[in-house]
Amino acid sequence: MCLAIPARIIKLEEDRAVVDAMGNQFNARTTLLPDAKLGDLVLVHAGFAISTIDEDEARKTWQLIEEIDNFKDTQNKVSG
Amino acid sequence: MLQRIRKAQLLMDTACEITGRPVNIMEVCGTHTVAIFRNGLKETLPKSMKLLSGPGCPVCVTHQGYIDTVLELADRKDIIVATYGDMVRVPGKNGSLETRKSTGNVKIVLSSEDALQLARDNPAKTVVFVAVGFETTTPASAVAVKTAAAEGIDNFCILSNHKLVVPAMDALLSDEKNMIDAFLCPGHVSVIIGYAAYKEIVDKYKKPCVVAGFEPMQIIEGLAEICRQIIEDRPQAKSIYTAVVTEEGNQTAQKIISECFEATDGYWRGLGKIPKSTLQPKEEFSRFDAYKRFGLKENTDYETTGCRCGQVLCGLIDPPQCPLFASVCQPLTPVGPCMVSSEGACSAWYKYGRREKKHQ
Repeated sequence: MCLAIPARIIKLEEDRAVVDAMGNQFNARTTLLPDAKLGDLVLVHAGFAISTIDEDEARKTWQLIEEIDNFKDTQNKVSG
Repeated sequence: MLQRIRKAQLLMDTACEITGRPVNIMEVCGTHTVAIFRNGLKETLPKSMKLLSGPGCPVCVTHQGYIDTVLELADRKDIIVATYGDMVRVPGKNGSLETRKSTGNVKIVLSSEDALQLARDNPAKTVVFVAVGFETTTPASAVAVKTAAAEGIDNFCILSNHKLVVPAMDALLSDEKNMIDAFLCPGHVSVIIGYAAYKEIVDKYKKPCVVAGFEPMQIIEGLAEICRQIIEDRPQAKSIYTAVVTEEGNQTAQKIISECFEATDGYWRGLGKIPKSTLQPKEEFSRFDAYKRFGLKENTDYETTGCRCGQVLCGLIDPPQCPLFASVCQPLTPVGPCMVSSEGACSAWYKYGRREKKHQ
């Protein structure tokens, strides 16, 4: 699955983050996004933040995820 | 928005008129495939424009030999196979990972990090991570391998079948029988590789390559941009998904991939062996390469009897043209991977394409 999930960084220690996407919190690494800061919205794929994303775009993608699949399914399908 | 749609439709109509034959645009991303079907976008396009679902779903492009190698490993008592959920139901010669889950040798993970943790927690076993996916997923595997090397987690390795998108596009266009006029390029793969990666395809074959996001309007405008390029006869590599896709992509991720992996010739379902299209760990990380650790020979490509996923992936046929489609091959009893994966063309067609069929 090539769809990454927008999420907000709510904790950050070195490159280990806790992120929040639509109320779901999970771990993600910021290894691939060294400039990521606490509070940033990022695209997370397979446990890694791959890009920052703005609020508007994040909202659109969340909507899309809700439409395409339910969130749990999306999380289980990550190879992309 | 209506105005934007009208403008896009005008460009599409004009492109079809100018070429005087059907315009075939291939998407190479499973999420695009699903979005196109789900939103009924095919019905809004001019009759002479055809969207082809190409090799964009990582589960679908994984060749049968690889699946069987994974299943052989899952049958060994000294191994735990860690896999993304997508791969679990793909049938091999003998069952699937799902049929082996009860043995405890198969674990579903959400990230390569979880697979590494399994290795730390199970020192008596070797954890083999089923490393599939395109460039979006590859950096996660690269980080896992580098972490394993740094921390000396020697009971971890990966069975890499990571694929590169651009060599597959090249292989499709190099086939004289291909009917592809342009590519709608994947959104999140391009976050990593950048839209500059498609320039070699544009230069070599003079076909438009346009990156779009996954919303209906992004897809429509991506197709319209392709049509504009066809009308002006000026093929370009371009992104209209400017929110996250840059020309150069995520260079940190690219660097980590290139430190860990090198491209080798590899098999794809339906496309056969494609030069420099599959990633394997570099020599310095070879102890984390499951092929080398277990002396595995790559099973050569073969296809399941009667299954035409290969031709579907090349855009040569639509799923309903496969004799197995919707008869013996259905989402709950899939024969081929394009029906297994929710992002496969057959699955999308099965779920959403019936109404379209009625229109034809």
